[in-house]
Amino acid sequence: MAKLRDVSRHIRSKQAGPFWVTIDIWFDGQTSFDRYKDSAGLSPDVFVDLFGTDAGLVKKISVPELNLIKVSYPRATPQGGVIERDMHSGQQYVRLLDVELD
Amino acid sequence: MSDKLALPVKILVPCGSLGAGVREDEVEYGLSRGAHAIATDAGSTDSGAAYLAMGKSKNSRGAVKRDLMILMKAHARTGIPVIIGTAGQAGGDLNVDWTRDILLEIVAELGITPKIALLYSEQSPQAIKAFNADGRIRPLPPLGPLEDDTVDACAHIVALMGVEPYIKALEQGADVILGGRSTDPAVLASFPIWKGAGWGASWHAGKVGECGAQCTEKRDSSGVLLSVGQDGFEVEPLAKDNYCARDGVSAHMLYENTDPYILTEPGGQLDVTAVTYEELEDGRTVRVTGAVWRPGPYTMKLEGAGGGKFQTIMLVGIQDPDVLRDVSGFHDRFLDALYLRARQTLPPEEQDDFHISIRMYGWNAVDGMPVPEGTPPPRELGVLFIATARTQELANAIAHACNPYFFHFPAVMDKELPSYGFAFSPADVPRGEVYEFKLNHVVAVSDPLELVRLQWVNL
Repeated sequence: MAKLRDVSRHIRSKQAGPFWVTIDIWFDGQTSFDRYKDSAGLSPDVFVDLFGTDAGLVKKISVPELNLIKVSYPRATPQGGVIERDMHSGQQYVRLLDVELD
Repeated sequence: MSDKLALPVKILVPCGSLGAGVREDEVEYGLSRGAHAIATDAGSTDSGAAYLAMGKSKNSRGAVKRDLMILMKAHARTGIPVIIGTAGQAGGDLNVDWTRDILLEIVAELGITPKIALLYSEQSPQAIKAFNADGRIRPLPPLGPLEDDTVDACAHIVALMGVEPYIKALEQGADVILGGRSTDPAVLASFPIWKGAGWGASWHAGKVGECGAQCTEKRDSSGVLLSVGQDGFEVEPLAKDNYCARDGVSAHMLYENTDPYILTEPGGQLDVTAVTYEELEDGRTVRVTGAVWRPGPYTMKLEGAGGGKFQTIMLVGIQDPDVLRDVSGFHDRFLDALYLRARQTLPPEEQDDFHISIRMYGWNAVDGMPVPEGTPPPRELGVLFIATARTQELANAIAHACNPYFFHFPAVMDKELPSYGFAFSPADVPRGEVYEFKLNHVVAVSDPLELVRLQWVNL
């Protein structure tokens, strides 16, 4: 088991239009990428638990040449509503840092 | 005018967004490298729905004028076209007209008479409802089918333009184009496509250059030069001490985009699956080859924004140890007390149509999630109060009613009432309307210019 923060060199989140968030996870090398890219710790259910999104709409794409995975999901509420806390979704990735991967 | 240029076609991208700070030395460098056109967008949806809903710019008039002045001086000297997309942050008609007025002031001051094209892509609610009734509008996830009520809730609706309206204006001799809402890459890709560069290469260059120097390695820099050929393009920073690297350029396809390989644009898809990135020997340029443009049905994405409710906010700073000892418990009791107070003061008919939120900055304001057991107390808290109601007057009334509680609510009941740290007087700030994007739909068009109005300015 490893925490995502310990096997990645950079993680960022950002809005992809007003209705989606996209998270880019650069693993710390090919070894970690190969070992963890399909981990249950990054399954759609985890995004449902952490972000209240719809499991069926979570998109995950691997980019092997960058040792990166990109996960995108619809926001639970559209950008800028009454309960907005993170307009650009730039802080959303933090919730993933302590996710356990195996 | 439509003569093909010898490739590559060189596009000077002076910044990521007009008004963000164009640098004269960078523009000089781009011109010295033989730029054929200057192109940049002037906005996006990133900063929220307010700018489309209000028809206002995010960047100040002075900042936009300053940047546009530098570009127009470059045009006056060299004659190369200046292409601006998504004018005035949101690209609605009001945003375009605001930018047009700045441009007219500049050309008068410079004593020049360029041929100015305006591209409008705002849509009336009636037109959108008619397209919807014709089955020409479909939703993109996570939204469902479009309802007329949703259309009516939008203050302004725009359709995102592709390259064709820009090419039309260029064909007719435009020196300056001010475009309404457009996809970012389209603004940069239009000129090279018009001059005969490859569609895949042009669209990909447009995507990589859309944020100016963001695809480069040094942050203290503004623009890039795109040299677009038939099968690929080269990108280099406009700042002499900056450079592009393979990973930085390739990573830009990830940015604000859910799919790093496929980008859907008006009239087709850009596929970069087979692209190769090569660092050139000059140490600052990256060559990118292999992008493919796949033409498809011509659709335009719609953006619509509107307001509805109004907010009033207050902020206090708290260092009181009694509060910091149990921030989460304090938050819950505090919020209950504020709701109770608001209900006691509002008329019966307004009891159910308001919302109060308090955000504990320094604790969990950014995510609103439970804080793990054993988390040490913060040194201080900033507590943001947000009342949301049907009108500004009601939101203000809720804040006024809550003000003494927000100022004095005790963590420990048997002590003298505390007074928390307000930063302002009056403590409440009427914040205005809450704006939201309401559309995530595309409309099928029979012609790329069907929803676009091209107008010329008579100087």
